[in-house]
Order: sequence, then C-alpha cells, then structure tokens
Amino acid sequence: MLKVLKAGLFTTVQDKGRYGYLNKGVPVAGYMDQFSAVKVNNLLGNPKNAAVIEITMTGPKLKFEAPTYICLGGAEISAKLNEQPIVNYTLVKVAKGDILTYGKLQNGFRAYLAVRNGFETPVVLGSRSYFKGITKKNHVSDGDIIPYSEDTGFQPKIMEMKVNSTFDQTQLGVTPGPEYEMLSDKQLEYLFAKGFTISNENNRMAYQLEEMIPGHEISMLTSATLPGTVQFTPAGKLIVLMKDGQTTGGYPRILQLSDDAINIITQKKFGDKVKFKLLR
Amino acid sequence: MNLYSISIRSYGPHAILIEWPNRVEEAILENILHFTNYLKEVKLKEDNWEMVPAYNSVTLIYRDAPIDFKKFKAMLIEWYADVWEVQPQQRIVWKLPVCYHREFGIDLDLVSEKLNLTPKEIIQQHTSQNYTLYGIGFLPGFMYLGGLPTQLEIPRRSQPRAKVEKGSVGLAGKQTGIYPQLSPGGWNIIGNCPINMFNVKKEEPCFIKVGDKVQFYEIEKAEHDLYKIEEEVGIYKLEKEVWHA
Repeated sequence: MLKVLKAGLFTTVQDKGRYGYLNKGVPVAGYMDQFSAVKVNNLLGNPKNAAVIEITMTGPKLKFEAPTYICLGGAEISAKLNEQPIVNYTLVKVAKGDILTYGKLQNGFRAYLAVRNGFETPVVLGSRSYFKGITKKNHVSDGDIIPYSEDTGFQPKIMEMKVNSTFDQTQLGVTPGPEYEMLSDKQLEYLFAKGFTISNENNRMAYQLEEMIPGHEISMLTSATLPGTVQFTPAGKLIVLMKDGQTTGGYPRILQLSDDAINIITQKKFGDKVKFKLLR
Repeated sequence: MNLYSISIRSYGPHAILIEWPNRVEEAILENILHFTNYLKEVKLKEDNWEMVPAYNSVTLIYRDAPIDFKKFKAMLIEWYADVWEVQPQQRIVWKLPVCYHREFGIDLDLVSEKLNLTPKEIIQQHTSQNYTLYGIGFLPGFMYLGGLPTQLEIPRRSQPRAKVEKGSVGLAGKQTGIYPQLSPGGWNIIGNCPINMFNVKKEEPCFIKVGDKVQFYEIEKAEHDLYKIEEEVGIYKLEKEVWHA
C-alpha cells in the first residue's frame, strides 16, 4: 500500500472512467489526460483499466509500503525517489519504505503515477475514479492509505519510452457542436481569429476561458453535455467541460474538442494560451 | 408512432444528437422514449451505447471508437421510419414523502410572502401534481421535473447557498426537485424528502428514469425521521404504480 504523507494540491485516483450512468447524471470522470495516463500503464504492462494517481500542479509526498514498479508521466514536477531525481516514462523499481516527493512544476499541469497492476481503491459503479457523492473520497488527503499489490516478479519488456509531450501545443482541434449553426459571423470570427487564455476557474469539471466573445439570447432546453464540449453563456463566456463536468446543460454547445485537444487542454493552467482550430 | 420530425446532429467524434421539436411536451417525450427503447432493445442492442434523453432530445454516446456520422445518420433515419416493434418504456409513478416542517422548509415563509400564498396553500399545490421527469443531470440523481403549477413559479434566490442539505426540496422558475446530495444551490427550499435519490450501495443506484412521474405527499416530522432511518437500513418501501397515459 501507499501511505500519503502529504496530499499535494489536488490528488485523485483515476481509471478510464465510469461508463453507463450518464442517464442518471453521473459524469464519466477518469484521468483528464488520457494520452499520458495510458502510456504509464502500458509501460508497466498494466490492464487497460488500471487506476493511476492524478496529481495537479503541486505533488504529494508518498511512502511505498511494499515493493513494486512505478512509472511517472504527464506533467514534470521534479519528482524524486529517496532524494534521487527520476524521470517520466521510465520504469523505476521501488522498495518498502521508499519515499516519492515532488518539487517545482517544470511543465504541464497534471502528472500521473502508476504502479504495477494499478491502485486498488474500491470499485464503485464499475470504476475506481474518485467523484464526489459516488466514491467515499473525492480527493486524496494527508494520511490516506491507497492500496496496491506487491509485485517483485515483474519482468519488464521495455524500461523506458520516448514520449513527445503535448505541452507546447496551443492549438485545440474542434468540430462543430450541436448549436454551432446558431453562431453569427461576428461570433465565429472572435472564436477562431483570436486565441483564449485559461482562466483561474479551471478544474476537473470545467475550464473557463478568460476572453469573452459577443453574447447571445439563444434559449434552449437542457440537453446532454460531454467532456470536451464548449458551452457558450449568454454573456459571452466560453466554458470547456471536462471529465467531471455535469452530464446535462442548458447553454449552447458550440464546439466539441477532439480527443487529442482534451489531452492538450488538461495540461494547461491559469494564464496559458489556447486557440481553436476547426477540423474538417 | 413517429409523429414528429427529427433532426440529427453531429456532436463530436463520440456522440450523435437526435432532436425533436423544441417544446416541453408529454407526447414528444413519449416519442423519444419509445424510439430510444427501440434503439436500446433492437437496433443497438449489441454495442456499448449510452443514451441520454432530456426534454426534446436524446444523445447517443459511443466511446469505444469514433462514429461515422453520415453513415450512422442514414441508419437512424431509416430506423425512425420503421415500425418500432418494441414496447414503449413502462412508466412508473413514484410517491415521494416530503416533510414541509420549518426545520427543513427554510424558505417556506419567504416563498409564502413572495407568492402571496399561505404555507398550507403552497404545500397543497405542490402535492397536487403528477410531475414528469424530463431529464436527470446537474448531480447524480438530480431530477428535472415538469408540471409545476404556475402559482408556485418563483425566481431562484439572488444569493445561492454554499450548502443545501441532501434531500432538500426546492422551487426555482418552472421547476421543482430534490437535491440528491449536499451541494451548493440557489433554489428556494420548502421541505425535505428522506428518500435517497441516488444510492451507490444499490445495484440500481437511481430508481427513477426519465419519463417516470413523481407525486409528492406531505409527512410529519416524526414520519420523516422514521423513514430516514428505514431508508438508511434499507427497509423503506417506496410506493409506486404503473402510469397509464
């Protein structure tokens, strides 16, 4: 098991997500940056749905209570095992009592920590992904115990992987959302000609964008929303829904981010720039 | 059965949206539910589709691979024209107990003042209807109910509360509903329902489904406390009956 000495800013356990309950109002949840999380699981030869730890900006301090192999990915937060720096996408053997710490955020926003065979917090409605009202915990706190199984017999096929990170990318590929056609030429121009800044209102539910575009008086009935949906408020604010975002909404859904674009934006933080690009 | 024209919209790589006329209407909802059932039970039975109905639409979501929109749209149009050889979804009327005691109905006096109705009249109005469940969203198990008497329409609170108790029954605009968990919220709270609208310990965590009906009935505080305990230990039996349109 893993002992949480310090929790970090916002640390959670996440797997692929919770499928099959959207019609009951349960968001999919799951790791925000699927690209990075899948890579760390793959390197460890883990099952597809193995749960990883998602770390946001400021890392935790963790103590391993059983030997296993770990792999880090996503944002680089100056990780050290027993004071020795370790790098992303490289298998690291850990022993009982080893301590993992994080330091300064180098790039990206969300880091992933995977162990051999995944973390074993309780499965609730088919998933281990933390979510308020579904799992007992909605984020990791100081003193938590996160179970995993000891593994000393693992024979890795590959020890490290070269991964081209998405941190420098600012372009978000989008397709038109259901209400795209309601946009005026002027609104479209603002949407695509200019870039946007990530506001400080950003979390696992949604990323709000700083700059406004000319607003609207479109009234629509509440309808389903998805991770990656760009909602457009009457005042002209753009809200990009994320993995914990609510399953229905009443704002026009003007754009839908591609899977790649979701991975890109989830590594952005307050003040970072993005730009929409219409995919055809 | 397919009385209404529909429009089919692309919604990103993993979803497709089917829309009916832009109205809140019982007959439209019936049409949506019947077609959705046809897709679920017959046409898309094998695959891992999620279907989210809400008011005048249903969104079909497929996460395992991207959807070929043009091809799938053509199939949907064809299926919509079929004779749907499937029973419409059975609709249930759920009878939900609500305690309107001031301990729970913290805005009841304010609502009474604003609507110019006595608390007794508010309760009488609120329990007089069969509400229709048009959607579930916002929170797990949060119901979008239609059919609120016009006399009970009241704007949201100008200052939302940071914490609204689980089970709180509220009024806002044309809507009434129950907060399924402790959460922030701006609705005017008139009572509390001791029944879990979402319970992860149950195989079916949310007993109600879109298209069902809700009827509230008044209970005393002592009954509320009792039902809450019964619900906690899993012996409370909800009253329900089959709805016939």
